[in-house]
Amino acid sequence: MEQERSLPGSSLSPRSPSSQPYLSVSVTDPVKLGNGVQAYISYRVITKTNFPEYQGPEKIVIRRYNDFVWLHDRLFEKYKGIFIPSLPEKNAVEKFRFSAEFIEMRRQALDIFVNRIASHHELQKSEDLRTFLQAEEETMERLRSHDSGIFKKKPADLMQIFKDVQSKVSDIVLGKEKPVEESNPEYEKLKHYIFELENHLTEAQKHAYRLVKRHRELGQALSDFGKAAKLLGACEENAVGKGFSEMGAKSEMLSVKLQKEAHQLLMNFEEPLKDYVRTVQSIKATIAERANAFRQQCELAETTRLKEINLDKLMLMRSDKASEAEVEYKELKAASEEATKRFETIVALMNQETVRFQEQKTLDVGLAFHEFAKGQARLANGVADAWRSLLPKLEALSVS
Amino acid sequence: MDSWNTKLCRKLKPHPSKVHEKFHKDIENLGRRTRNTIFTILPLIVLSSRRREDFLKTAPFEPEGLHSGHVLVFLTSFSPPRCSVVSSVTLLYSSSVVSSILLYCSEAHQTKWYFLNSLLFYWILFPGLGYRMMDSENQGFEAAQLYSSRDEMENLVLKEPLSSKSFSNYRSAMSSLSDSHHPLAPPTILTPADSDPLLSPPLDRDLRKPNASDHFISEPLHFSDLSFGPVDGNHVTDVNGVESPSKSSVSSGGLSRSSSSNSDYIRITVSNPQKEQDVSNSIVPGGNSYVTYLITTRTNIPEFGGSEFSVRRRFKDVVTLSERLAESYRGFFIPPRPDKSVVEGQVMQKQEFVEQRRVALEKYLRKLAGHPVIRKSDEFKVFLQVQGRLPLPTTTDVASRMFDGAVNLPKQLLNESAMEPQEVVQPAKGGRDLLRLFKELKQSVTNDWGSSKPPVVEEDKEFLEKKEKLRDFEQQLSATSQQAESLVKAQQDMAETFGELGLTLIKLTKFENEEAVFNCQRVCANDTKNIATAAVKASRLYRELNAQTVKHLDVLHDYLGLMLAVHGAFSERSSALLTEQTLLSDLSSLHTRAEKLEAASSKVFGGDKSRIQKLEQLKETIRTTEDAKNVAVREYERIKENNRSELERFDRERQADFLSMLKGFVTNQVGYAEKISDVWAKVAEETSNYSKESN
Repeated sequence: MEQERSLPGSSLSPRSPSSQPYLSVSVTDPVKLGNGVQAYISYRVITKTNFPEYQGPEKIVIRRYNDFVWLHDRLFEKYKGIFIPSLPEKNAVEKFRFSAEFIEMRRQALDIFVNRIASHHELQKSEDLRTFLQAEEETMERLRSHDSGIFKKKPADLMQIFKDVQSKVSDIVLGKEKPVEESNPEYEKLKHYIFELENHLTEAQKHAYRLVKRHRELGQALSDFGKAAKLLGACEENAVGKGFSEMGAKSEMLSVKLQKEAHQLLMNFEEPLKDYVRTVQSIKATIAERANAFRQQCELAETTRLKEINLDKLMLMRSDKASEAEVEYKELKAASEEATKRFETIVALMNQETVRFQEQKTLDVGLAFHEFAKGQARLANGVADAWRSLLPKLEALSVS
Repeated sequence: MDSWNTKLCRKLKPHPSKVHEKFHKDIENLGRRTRNTIFTILPLIVLSSRRREDFLKTAPFEPEGLHSGHVLVFLTSFSPPRCSVVSSVTLLYSSSVVSSILLYCSEAHQTKWYFLNSLLFYWILFPGLGYRMMDSENQGFEAAQLYSSRDEMENLVLKEPLSSKSFSNYRSAMSSLSDSHHPLAPPTILTPADSDPLLSPPLDRDLRKPNASDHFISEPLHFSDLSFGPVDGNHVTDVNGVESPSKSSVSSGGLSRSSSSNSDYIRITVSNPQKEQDVSNSIVPGGNSYVTYLITTRTNIPEFGGSEFSVRRRFKDVVTLSERLAESYRGFFIPPRPDKSVVEGQVMQKQEFVEQRRVALEKYLRKLAGHPVIRKSDEFKVFLQVQGRLPLPTTTDVASRMFDGAVNLPKQLLNESAMEPQEVVQPAKGGRDLLRLFKELKQSVTNDWGSSKPPVVEEDKEFLEKKEKLRDFEQQLSATSQQAESLVKAQQDMAETFGELGLTLIKLTKFENEEAVFNCQRVCANDTKNIATAAVKASRLYRELNAQTVKHLDVLHDYLGLMLAVHGAFSERSSALLTEQTLLSDLSSLHTRAEKLEAASSKVFGGDKSRIQKLEQLKETIRTTEDAKNVAVREYERIKENNRSELERFDRERQADFLSMLKGFVTNQVGYAEKISDVWAKVAEETSNYSKESN
């Protein structure tokens, strides 16, 4: 299992040591700790690197899901404009939270997550990543609980939305016209693309998941059919009885094969698709950040413009407030320029990231497709072989 | 068995009232509890007001507006492992002497309900039924019930003014109850009467609202629903123009072997359904038109005196044929006739219904043609060959028979005449020979409960073992057939899901191509297209695979249907035995009486004239009974022989059919799996540049 699994995210990260700088991480050995509602899964995170900033070539730390969330949130705050790799969903249905399959799926997703960061040319230099990969468990825990208060992203978003509505309302009331939305056709197109892509991928993932289920159901049906056929075979004395027993046994064997292939399908096809749904969602988060930055920039530019007019007026009137206003204006102007720069950085980064995203997507989705096709071919082959091996026996039975 | 149940259950339609909801739920639960249960619909006749009161007392619901003369339709269930009744019931069903019973049992009322009401009707309607459906723990109580209700029955029979007047009262009650159908036509008994809340609402309600969330109608996916291939079965057209891997496998008919010897053949096709008007039967509004089918036969069997001929027949004719066959070929495994599926006139003419029936008829006739004895029978030949109206006499339906019998009963009672020898070769039927029915019934009760052993018992050990074995076989067959349906459904779902996935990916491809900014997006779109195409192909292959699987595994289903015929043949045997037993015990009591009379008359010197006369009469009766007994013995022997030869044939043909089914099924699986594997292997190759190994 461990060896077979594919890691789309890490396909670009060299795992073997070489003279080239490398940083490779693996998330392994999920262990359930604690009891009841407090229970959680901890993972062993193994880092191998030759980066000079790191303590040594290999480090092993124990991390839990919340630590990964911490890393994600830190990066999201600090690297505006970069598509931060997405995390697997936080909430799982309680019933499945500790099922082997769920744990394995999450482990794989976390492995992909951290390796995507480690292979990202900007993110891999992050101090937070270093902390995450190397800090002692106590330090990590302290950081996590300290930051979790500050990085409550959700309320901040809500506030922003609230502010947006407020400013829009006041705009209308005051008859002011402020461009709060970017009207760049290329950007519009990107936005449209991302939103639509999410729908398409979600649908594909849904069907992929259903297909996994269908494989399992067919497996179950085959197994039941096989059992019934064996019992029927027991009622029949001669050749036919043997024929039924043989077929029943084969059906049961194939059922096992189907169940195995269903698991492969889940890990190698459905999960990568789901991962891309999440990736697209994280791009949407970046788009929201960009919109924020744009709005800030516009607001500051507008305020600065007003201040400038005001300053000009004061200068003309030679008011003694002019010098004070000038200081204020300069500060504002600096802030406005800062905001513009921030926005422009985001735009530039996003352009870069979009290219990277598309290339990565082609590779990852291509791999998922390849694994899917390979798995199906393997399955169908197995089925054909199994049934074929039965034919001579049946032939012999009908002769006798 | 499930599909039998559902098919039959469909006849029972939901009623808006809560009472009926409960009723349905209970029946459904009953069905769940007894998986291998045969459900039959029975016209239950409430004969007298006294009956009605009993009914009201025990009925677990309030039957408003129930009057004497009403016909109640109930669902009856017998769980085969527990009762011997099943075979008799199915026999009756197949010979269409209308079917049986079953009574509504709610948990609490079960036993009581059974005996106060149902048994009586059994006795009136059905010959030679055993009563082993009772739980053995309750035997004492039930036996008491049994006898008390038998007394009741006798009272009823004797006291009831069974004149033709009461008969006509009944008739008029029936007509006023629902003037939309002929009172004596059994199928129309199922037609609803709006005045009676106990009668089910019209079936066309269901058809009008096919999606109504009615738990009864939610039928499991049925084999025959899934045939995508041509109806004629043998040939499969393949999308790719390649020969289907299963082409050489079993024909669609499953059991319809073309002939027993290679040279003989009968090929029957049913086609060209036509609507016709019936001028003679205008009493039934809406029922005066029917559909005829063109039945074309090609054969090289000399007895047919021709190689190709066709006739027009309606479904009713097929019913007649099956009834006649059942009467003439007792003890044979006669393939079961398609269901009557009683529907309203308008529905009857629906394209879909007509087509379904056409297919069913063709299958049925082909199965008959595959039977080595039936295929050469006069009845079959006449049915296939004689132009115009079917000359086979129709058997009178049970209701009229019953009332004929009721009318004649006093005469029978007065005469105390023995049966005509030729009549004993037929099982007693409710009506025509009501007296005999009661006698045989009494005999079977004595067999079951009495301490005295019947003079003749089934002692063919081999046969009994065989019967036991067949019961196991039927259970496993039923389970396998059910699992086969699940398998078919799972394959079908797989096909559909592949199709949906393919469609979604095609949409994604289109989207990516339209929105493409970078070249890699086009590459990705192309990969998506490849996978989408493969998924759609896989979907199609799974679909074809499934259609073929259905055809192969349908053999299981066919055999399940044939088991009904086996039950029928076995119960012919036991009812013939019962006739023999009854006649034997009659004889012995006649002999006893004769001896007594002789003894008594010998005491009187010179003889007592009237006694001597009586004795003469008695001796005459003994002679006719003796004759009847001999005929009955021969009939029983004949049926035994038929059973034996049919069992042999059944075993032999089953071997061949099952083996060829297995081969066909497996070959089909191999063929399609190979194709599916090819499709995916090609795409795997096309996308191999993404695989980790190539990096």
